[in-house]
Amino acid sequence: MARYVANRLAQAVMLLVIVSAIGFAILHMAPGGPLSQFAVSGQMTQEDLERVTKQLGLDRPLPIQYLDWFGRMLKGDWGKSYRDGDAVLSVISSHLGATLELMATATIIAVLLGGWIGVLGALRRYSLFDSLATVGAMIALSIPTFWFGLVTIYVFSVKLGWLPAGNRQTIGDGSFLDLLHHLIAPSLVLALVETAMWGRFMRSSMLEVINQDYIRTARAKGMPEWRILTVHALRNALLPMITVAGLQLPTLLGGALVAETVFTWPGMGRLFLDSIGYRDYPVVMGILMFSATMVLIGSLLADIFYAVVDPRIRVG
Amino acid sequence: MATAALSNAQLAPGQAAWRRFRRHRLALAGAVIILVLVLGSVFGPFLLPFDDTYIDIMKRFAPPLSGAHILGTDELGRDVLARLMMGGRVSLSIGIVAMVIATVVGIVVGAFAGFYGGVVGAVLMRLVDAVLCFPTIFLLLTLAALTEPGLVTTTVLIAATAWMWVARVVEAQVRSLREREFAVAALAFGSSNLRIMFRELVPNAVAPIVVAATLNVAKAILLESYLSYLGYGIQPPAASLGNMLNNAQIYLTSAPWLAIAPGVAITLAVTSFNFLGDGLRDALDPRMNIP
Repeated sequence: MARYVANRLAQAVMLLVIVSAIGFAILHMAPGGPLSQFAVSGQMTQEDLERVTKQLGLDRPLPIQYLDWFGRMLKGDWGKSYRDGDAVLSVISSHLGATLELMATATIIAVLLGGWIGVLGALRRYSLFDSLATVGAMIALSIPTFWFGLVTIYVFSVKLGWLPAGNRQTIGDGSFLDLLHHLIAPSLVLALVETAMWGRFMRSSMLEVINQDYIRTARAKGMPEWRILTVHALRNALLPMITVAGLQLPTLLGGALVAETVFTWPGMGRLFLDSIGYRDYPVVMGILMFSATMVLIGSLLADIFYAVVDPRIRVG
Repeated sequence: MATAALSNAQLAPGQAAWRRFRRHRLALAGAVIILVLVLGSVFGPFLLPFDDTYIDIMKRFAPPLSGAHILGTDELGRDVLARLMMGGRVSLSIGIVAMVIATVVGIVVGAFAGFYGGVVGAVLMRLVDAVLCFPTIFLLLTLAALTEPGLVTTTVLIAATAWMWVARVVEAQVRSLREREFAVAALAFGSSNLRIMFRELVPNAVAPIVVAATLNVAKAILLESYLSYLGYGIQPPAASLGNMLNNAQIYLTSAPWLAIAPGVAITLAVTSFNFLGDGLRDALDPRMNIP
């Protein structure tokens, strides 16, 4: 077990190095490089630019610069926002809560609803319910999230007036009920794709399990069907879902960005788009690296947790 | 069941695949809808009396079916149907061209990684893993923010975020086949490495490549719509299905039809390619069963 974790950890560290190298390469791809902000502002002369380039060490060989940059990333020094001079990491963390709230709510909805649909679809394979769920999932995966958000706003905010059209709270309010009221629409919109994915994975996982020998053995022993399903089938079918949770993280983060934009939700995705609009490259790069690191850690944790609950994995 | 299996076995592989595909009604429907969308966006604009960029300020916000404009007009009085057709051209072209680029890059990377293995393979495949760590939309927007927006940029950027799955599929296949007799025999005959890779090994992965490519078209169309909706893809006055929704949110209360037509068109196109890909997966290789 310790060996598996160590192996997996080493892989993750190596990936982090490559991920950061890609991030560094993108940073230098910016027109004018990391100093593009100043280059386009017209406030600096050519000499000024050259002086600042020297001061910031941007004239050193790229590999040296990369090591320096990577070292500072590890220490938590992610640069300063062009917009207000705040440290990038603190700007990100001040927006992270709203995003996590949205992602967690959507995931809970998706796991419960998608899990239920998937299990039922597997138990009644090729039934009308199963066919509708399969087709529905495919359509849900094909709807642009932002457009589904627009439709939701139109129906529930414009026409019915049930839900607020955006923001995280009413100004001056912010009670629990008010927050909840604002959370409903964006989390449901974000949950659409997630529910479809969880439903599909849950269905195939459950199908695999209920055709196993030990399920047949349990039936032969005369065990009640509900007990077979809950204790034996569902428990084992849920195990691979840990991996799915890890795999889904990139999609979830991307979906959150879109949902936050449509519903003016003050999270990391919205901060990212605003920063792009302001050409605030340090924050843009910071969020890009932060999200990739989150995905990396997510899949690492999923793998380790999976190995803890399913001993078969450790050998392979 | 037994007879079906028997008759399938007697058919040429292509015929058997076609039979399985025909049974997949949703995939057939997808293929038909794609054909209609392609024909509509290629020839449709010639049949309409309106130009997609013609501004008629006197006829702003005409609702659908209220006269000559079947789908109404937008905030500048431009015909929505004409823009939908031209936007469809742009979005479908981006989807297909991005898919071709991504597939070629994926095949080359996967073939080299699978054939040479060792350090080359490890480096290339870790690169694939690393790019997959970036949430697609974040990577796409960052790259888009650093480049000049436009048709070519949008297509290339989308391809840059979509080649990894093809690379994985091809790498796995090439790696598992390179020690097989036919590959070794080709080597003994003096075939070059490149020839063995692309003439002997890669063709064995055609089925999964075709499936991944079809699903990639769906993904590319979706990504174009995200990018253009957020303002970093196709720039107005040119229309794309995504950028038609750009202003739709502002006019959601007064002119909801502006949001409906492009959204339905995107969903229809993406769903069709997804169903087609699903059907092709069942038809070309019944053993592949990745959800």
